[in-house]
Amino acid sequence: MIEVKNLTFAYEKEKPVLHDISFTVKDGERIGLIGANGAGKSTLMKVMLGLLDGEGSVIVEGIPVTQKTLAETRKKLGFVLQNSDNQMFMPKVYDDMAFGLLNYGMNKEETEKKIDEVLSSMHIEYLKDRYNHRISGGEKRMAAIATVLAMEPSALLMDEPTSALDPKNRRMIIQIINDLKQTCIITSHDLDMIMDTCSRVILIDEGRIIKDGPAVEILRDRKLLEAHGMELPLSLSRL
Amino acid sequence: MNRAQQALYEMKQTDELAMMDSPVHRFSALSKLMVTVIYIVTVMSFSKYDFGGVFMMALYPYLVFQLSGLSFKLCMYRMRYVIPLVAFVGIFNPFIDRTVMFQARFLSVTGGMISFVTLMIKGILCLCAAFLLSGTAPVDEICGALRRLHVPSVFVTVFLLAYRYMSVLMEEVAVMSDAYHLRAPRQKGIAFETWGSFLGQLLLRSMDRAQELYAAMQLRGYDGEFRQTGNTKDRSVSFVWFVVWTAVFLILRFVPVASLIGNLFVRQL
Repeated sequence: MIEVKNLTFAYEKEKPVLHDISFTVKDGERIGLIGANGAGKSTLMKVMLGLLDGEGSVIVEGIPVTQKTLAETRKKLGFVLQNSDNQMFMPKVYDDMAFGLLNYGMNKEETEKKIDEVLSSMHIEYLKDRYNHRISGGEKRMAAIATVLAMEPSALLMDEPTSALDPKNRRMIIQIINDLKQTCIITSHDLDMIMDTCSRVILIDEGRIIKDGPAVEILRDRKLLEAHGMELPLSLSRL
Repeated sequence: MNRAQQALYEMKQTDELAMMDSPVHRFSALSKLMVTVIYIVTVMSFSKYDFGGVFMMALYPYLVFQLSGLSFKLCMYRMRYVIPLVAFVGIFNPFIDRTVMFQARFLSVTGGMISFVTLMIKGILCLCAAFLLSGTAPVDEICGALRRLHVPSVFVTVFLLAYRYMSVLMEEVAVMSDAYHLRAPRQKGIAFETWGSFLGQLLLRSMDRAQELYAAMQLRGYDGEFRQTGNTKDRSVSFVWFVVWTAVFLILRFVPVASLIGNLFVRQL
């Protein structure tokens, strides 16, 4: 379970980016974090991960995210960055997947076994020995998710997982997300994807939670979405 | 492809070369690093007139090129910007040192000419050795070897991060350069008056990306120490590689092999 309590964050003191954000995520829940550009979605994720220091608290499986517990909480919270190029910094997919595992003390044999297991579960075994700069954007995104999954996090935070992907790769990512057993918090402007993957949606605007509720209810509310700089998902706007 | 993209491509190509499979690639990075360092020190220790001795040192790169499958042509291509610098260092030798060493028909060969050629060969051989090291051992394994040699972690980490961030910087240069030239098609380079804003933007963009990349590392447990994924290499064979080459270098350095071979030919004639 993840608990976010009264989270406030500001880059400059007078201009808070997040205002008193509170919500709870149950185990296995899929949450879509939506909002217009600059609403504070990515910042919220970074504060939750302890990459930015905010006021309030984030508790992951009973452990508060503090400087002292970062190693522990970051193992529980996996983060998939929007730009996979920044996530994949080693020469090969294998090296990237092994990076986190070795850092957390796994030996080489166990690492190899774990990597094979994760790649096979995602049906991307062929990427194992491929060079990061020689794989496509979609493959890189899948590999980036694999690097995080290899660490066996109990929850995944994904920042725009389907941005800049072609329809086929987008569909594959949606499939992968739907197959995940972990708790997921996904930020995206791709509301159709949110509808396909999440059961609950949190709408954020100007750093405040505007609405938190079932995905179907919020994503069908044209007035609410338009009032906060968003539009109905394409699949619904055609109806 | 613009120059930044070319440089990025070459960096990534080096990573790929280092991941090839050959007898040399299978040796441990530590033994290759040690051999390279000893080789460079040996080459540099020859006197400036010892052309024959330095020439004999080409044995090492010649054999390693053969064994590793790396291309000598590629190596020369990579050195295209450095060789002129090496040449520049010694270019004035023929004008300064005019002592005639020997007469070759109508040409008086001076000490300056010999020292210039020797310097060039020394430079090329050392660069070849560095190329062979980077082309047969991945950079993280080289860093691992440095750690085993007790080089402080902070230096090794800075080196490795600089290597990783260099590609980030190159990527940003490539993107910005393309964006610039698409809107300034008749310009060959970047206009002088735009340099300030170009460099400022480049700095900000690469800092942003570097921060994100560092965050990705932190989130996967990075604590300042790079752990290696490379397979454990055959240590005994690697040790033999190190010992044999060290012995060869010592022989080539202290026994005038070139003169002995030359004398052999002279006697036969």
